[in-house]
Amino acid sequence: MEKVDTSVRSEQKGTPMTDTTSNTAVLDTEFAGLETRDAHAWFGDHHALAGVSLQFPARSVTGLIGPSGCGKSTYLRLLNRMHEFIPSAAMAGEVRLHGQDIYAREVDPAAMRLKIGMVFQKPNPFPAMTIRENVLSGLKLAHIKVDDDEALMEKCLTRAGLWKEVKDRLDASGGSLSGGQQQRLCIARSLAVEPEVLLMDEPCSALDPGSTLRIEETIKELAEKITVVIVTHNMQQASRVSDYCAFFLTDGGPGYLVEADKTRTMFTTPNDSRTADYVQGKFG
Amino acid sequence: MNIAAPVKREMHVVHSRGDKVFRGIVSAGALTSLVLLGLIGVFLLARGIEVFSTSGFKFLTGSNWVAGSEDGVIPNDFSIGPMIVVTAIVSLIAMLFAVPMSMAGALYLEFYAPQKVRRVLIALLDLAAAIPSLIFGLWGVQVFTSFGERWAYFLSDRLGWFPLFNTISDNFGRSPFVAGCVLASLVVPITTSVAREVYSRTPRELVDTCFALGGTKWGAIRTVVIPFGKSGVVGGAMLGLGRALGETIAVYLLLNINFRYTFKILESEGGNVASLIATKFGEATPDEIKALVAAGFVLFILTLTVNMIASSIVTRSTKGAAA
Repeated sequence: MEKVDTSVRSEQKGTPMTDTTSNTAVLDTEFAGLETRDAHAWFGDHHALAGVSLQFPARSVTGLIGPSGCGKSTYLRLLNRMHEFIPSAAMAGEVRLHGQDIYAREVDPAAMRLKIGMVFQKPNPFPAMTIRENVLSGLKLAHIKVDDDEALMEKCLTRAGLWKEVKDRLDASGGSLSGGQQQRLCIARSLAVEPEVLLMDEPCSALDPGSTLRIEETIKELAEKITVVIVTHNMQQASRVSDYCAFFLTDGGPGYLVEADKTRTMFTTPNDSRTADYVQGKFG
Repeated sequence: MNIAAPVKREMHVVHSRGDKVFRGIVSAGALTSLVLLGLIGVFLLARGIEVFSTSGFKFLTGSNWVAGSEDGVIPNDFSIGPMIVVTAIVSLIAMLFAVPMSMAGALYLEFYAPQKVRRVLIALLDLAAAIPSLIFGLWGVQVFTSFGERWAYFLSDRLGWFPLFNTISDNFGRSPFVAGCVLASLVVPITTSVAREVYSRTPRELVDTCFALGGTKWGAIRTVVIPFGKSGVVGGAMLGLGRALGETIAVYLLLNINFRYTFKILESEGGNVASLIATKFGEATPDEIKALVAAGFVLFILTLTVNMIASSIVTRSTKGAAA
């Protein structure tokens, strides 16, 4: 068992962590290169998220957990600049990928999002496209040329755990698949541009339990190669799928990070009593 | 043992009196407009049937409009072929300009315009849709014709080898080309407003997905928004087409009635079905009036068909089958 650096958690209960240098929650010795430093988010005047500093471990799944309205989805959308598409949205602090602040003026957000992909809550294959076109759509969008797109498509569908089910009907519409299959198609689509990090915003909340399990298996397999950050409302899911957890909370004001640690620690012996209460289902 | 098969029970609904009254009012309203439409069709057909039965198909294809003398020495000869052709040509030119303009305008309003600009422009657009076509006609004659003439001259000069752009005289005003451009400005408010409405219904998460895949705004519009809005935009264009086909006063001001098939869109040539009726009606002989009503029937069927196709396309697209 590698030792997790837990020395830098919030000391005072209910106090949002604001100090960038001392409060960075280091999750792992092997660092994925993605981190936030004192990240804040606003919608208009509403301060939705305050002072989140967090580093993501490489090739693992980090679950963002917490009750509704605690800012975990907002935080996820900060990580690849999807936040700014909401009118009146604002942010402060830094999100760094390999040391580069992705909100810096010289960063092209579109190119950055090739490295940090995202899967959304509702399965949303492009309705006018076939399964094949859906998987390869990212390449077209980003004007990427590949030598063998058939091989790439097969690889992505295989990694998403969908290849066997669709290999005989690649020219069928994406909408003809079941909800769970559609979500795996969306995962395959995100993989085609070969991201380093995949952000997932409650990817199973619209699916039945069987499909949910399949997606969770897929997520675990993905984490052998890439870094996954997943927002989930479902504590069982967090315990099944994630290697690390970050617990967010709000006291009526902006959401903040309470603590982050290995999932097993978070579910058994968390530092903060509120974490224990939440994972045991006492509130939320 | 013999168990009786279950009998399906009827489900009664007791309507309150208020409910009945309201139901009566709304049904009456709906029926009235339908009946009115039917009666107009019947009236036009009844008055025009004599012309259809004497001229037959020639009424639609011939290119003569002669009101005969009362003593019968000069026979009546009514037909509207060139009018139908010009109606189609002018409307198509209008759509050729209006559809790309509306798509661009709608995309700008929905995806590029700053909030404040957007609100102002949408309000202006709705106002523009309410401007009487007479105003557009006057603007066309007084202002636009001088520009249109220059464009027409350019086309004839550079592309004169193409039959449609061929010209004999150097008279470029009062041409179907100019009239088409004015009609385009007349239908742009409607088509833009419909297109914007459909584009705004593009599911947000599809657009977000394009961004999340490393796409640009233009990429998202190309990949998701335009395919999603396709049938809605076609429907909106058809509504505009319906208006262009039936447009009377603007065309009346811009084109001379001219019974000749020429297909030269840059030269003075003229008149659509609606403006023919407006021009001739005031001083028509009794027989001529019958022919004009028959022409009205043709126009009625034409616009009704286009509008029906349009509304069915729009309905289909709003049902979410926009893909």
